[in-house]
Amino acid sequence: MRSDRPPVSLTLGAIGGLLFLHLPILLIFLYAFTTEEKSYQFPPPGLTTEWFAVAWNREDIWPPLWLSLRVAAMSSAMALILGTLCAAAMSRAKFFGRDSISLLIILPIALPGIITGMSLRSAFALGGIPFSTWTIVLGHATFCIVIVYNNAVARFRRLGPSLSEASADLGATAFQTFRHVILPNLGTALLAGGMLAFALSFDEVIVTTFTAGQQKTLPIWMLDELVRPRQRPVTNVVAIVVVVATFLPILGAYLLTERGTETAGGGK
Amino acid sequence: MTDPAVPGSAPGSAPGSAPGAGLSERLTALFWRRPGLLVALLIMPPLLWLGVVYIGSLAALLWQSFYSIDEFSGAIVKEFTLKTYAELGLQQNIDIIVRTVLMAAAVTVASVILAFPIAFFAARYARGRWKAFFYLGIMLPLWSSYLVKVYAWKLILAKEGIVTWAANGIGAGPLLDGVLALPVIGGGSLSTSYIGTFLVFVYVWLPYMILPMQAALERVPTSMIEASADLGAGGLRTLRSVILPIAAPGIIAGSIFTFSLTLGDYIIPQIIGSSRYFIGQAVYSLQGTAGNVPLAAAFAVIPIVIMLVYLTIARRMGAFDAL
Repeated sequence: MRSDRPPVSLTLGAIGGLLFLHLPILLIFLYAFTTEEKSYQFPPPGLTTEWFAVAWNREDIWPPLWLSLRVAAMSSAMALILGTLCAAAMSRAKFFGRDSISLLIILPIALPGIITGMSLRSAFALGGIPFSTWTIVLGHATFCIVIVYNNAVARFRRLGPSLSEASADLGATAFQTFRHVILPNLGTALLAGGMLAFALSFDEVIVTTFTAGQQKTLPIWMLDELVRPRQRPVTNVVAIVVVVATFLPILGAYLLTERGTETAGGGK
Repeated sequence: MTDPAVPGSAPGSAPGSAPGAGLSERLTALFWRRPGLLVALLIMPPLLWLGVVYIGSLAALLWQSFYSIDEFSGAIVKEFTLKTYAELGLQQNIDIIVRTVLMAAAVTVASVILAFPIAFFAARYARGRWKAFFYLGIMLPLWSSYLVKVYAWKLILAKEGIVTWAANGIGAGPLLDGVLALPVIGGGSLSTSYIGTFLVFVYVWLPYMILPMQAALERVPTSMIEASADLGAGGLRTLRSVILPIAAPGIIAGSIFTFSLTLGDYIIPQIIGSSRYFIGQAVYSLQGTAGNVPLAAAFAVIPIVIMLVYLTIARRMGAFDAL
């Protein structure tokens, strides 16, 4: 360990670990082309692209997809507003109860999803609130706040108070400072946070099963297919769509935040 | 705007405090004089949201767990009782809790072992382009779809799947059968055994362990590792006496995630595993098909209690500084 060359065992361990993390997802892609639809036979007996057309024409896929997109858009918009407000306040000053508030923001993610889900379910039951798109959004926005918050608070911290102070010294009002100084500097961090929140919401299933009632989001549709498979390769095609739909925002967020220096990973 | 006591910016000289100023100027001046007011205005909406929606729901959960269910009609009796909690003490429910905690502990230990080489390599040896490669290599699996990851393992572990094929290919088929024939952890195939459940849990939560571990390992000064070597310590001795003690808070922080996430998951054991329940499955089926919301709520309180104990211990050991 004295030189800067890693020991062979460490290199092998690291490469093995990364392969372990990535190979399973590649298998999903392979199985989307298999001709076998009744089992997960390996190697696939033949390859075909017909499942992409079959998936396109399956009418039970489109409504869940739209619902998921709508829910993800609404909850990430809400999380953007609430998370940014939170970050603005928390980066500003030390005040009484600050630690409790930061714990409160993290809690929806730190506690297992089933608790968030079951809690909301209990609250809806006690309050007699019927399930709707809004009950799903309510849950998603709650755990998306922390994602936006993490991104925004890191940027606020890096920004420091001097720019806003200079703006105030030059005679700008608080709103002008916000519009012309803070927002442009915050922009990419917010975009990154919003995209990550979108990806998280689009993919969420545990909380959703408790707050959706009879509605089907795309992850719930996939869960149904996992439990009672019909045309198995179609599920793979949808899985690829989901992988791409979450991969692009993550990559975008990474590029937007100075190569990920601010994208708080533990935030998920 | 944070510190009104900066020299030359006494409250009186704040911008916009001139007589006859408009609303936005007057508000600016007000915020300048009373920074606390601005903070309060900013924090109010998110605090209300989290307080009402989240804490309110947690309270509702707790509240429900003190209700009980009428054994004959199946209706919820809305009276305060500890009967539901007493039901948790039944042998089958104790089994579920013990099984879940043991699984969470096993998954956490395995994650620590698997995560260490990746985290250590990324923290100490990866530079420039490789650093980015490692970063994305950990972030992408972390953020990619949970269900897709679980589904991938259903393909891998299926009886006709790639593991069986590979095992037969290298002549290890009998070995695989032998492992599956083991009592308790074995099963008909990998995808219907505890081994399968365990593998998938480790796979899905591993990145949550790597990230805080890597952050902690980056704080180990290279000079200390060199000093340890100069003093004659071998690689393993340095690992045990220098690296691990410094990295411990990060490892504990990671274990909070792996432990908590395993405690509350109900989808992985449902898709890949034997038919024996984990806490999450018990909660889900009790509130759904069984319609016993009070018992489901009482079950959901268990992970909260376990995690509170866990977090208290972690806090004592300084894990929160590494988050």
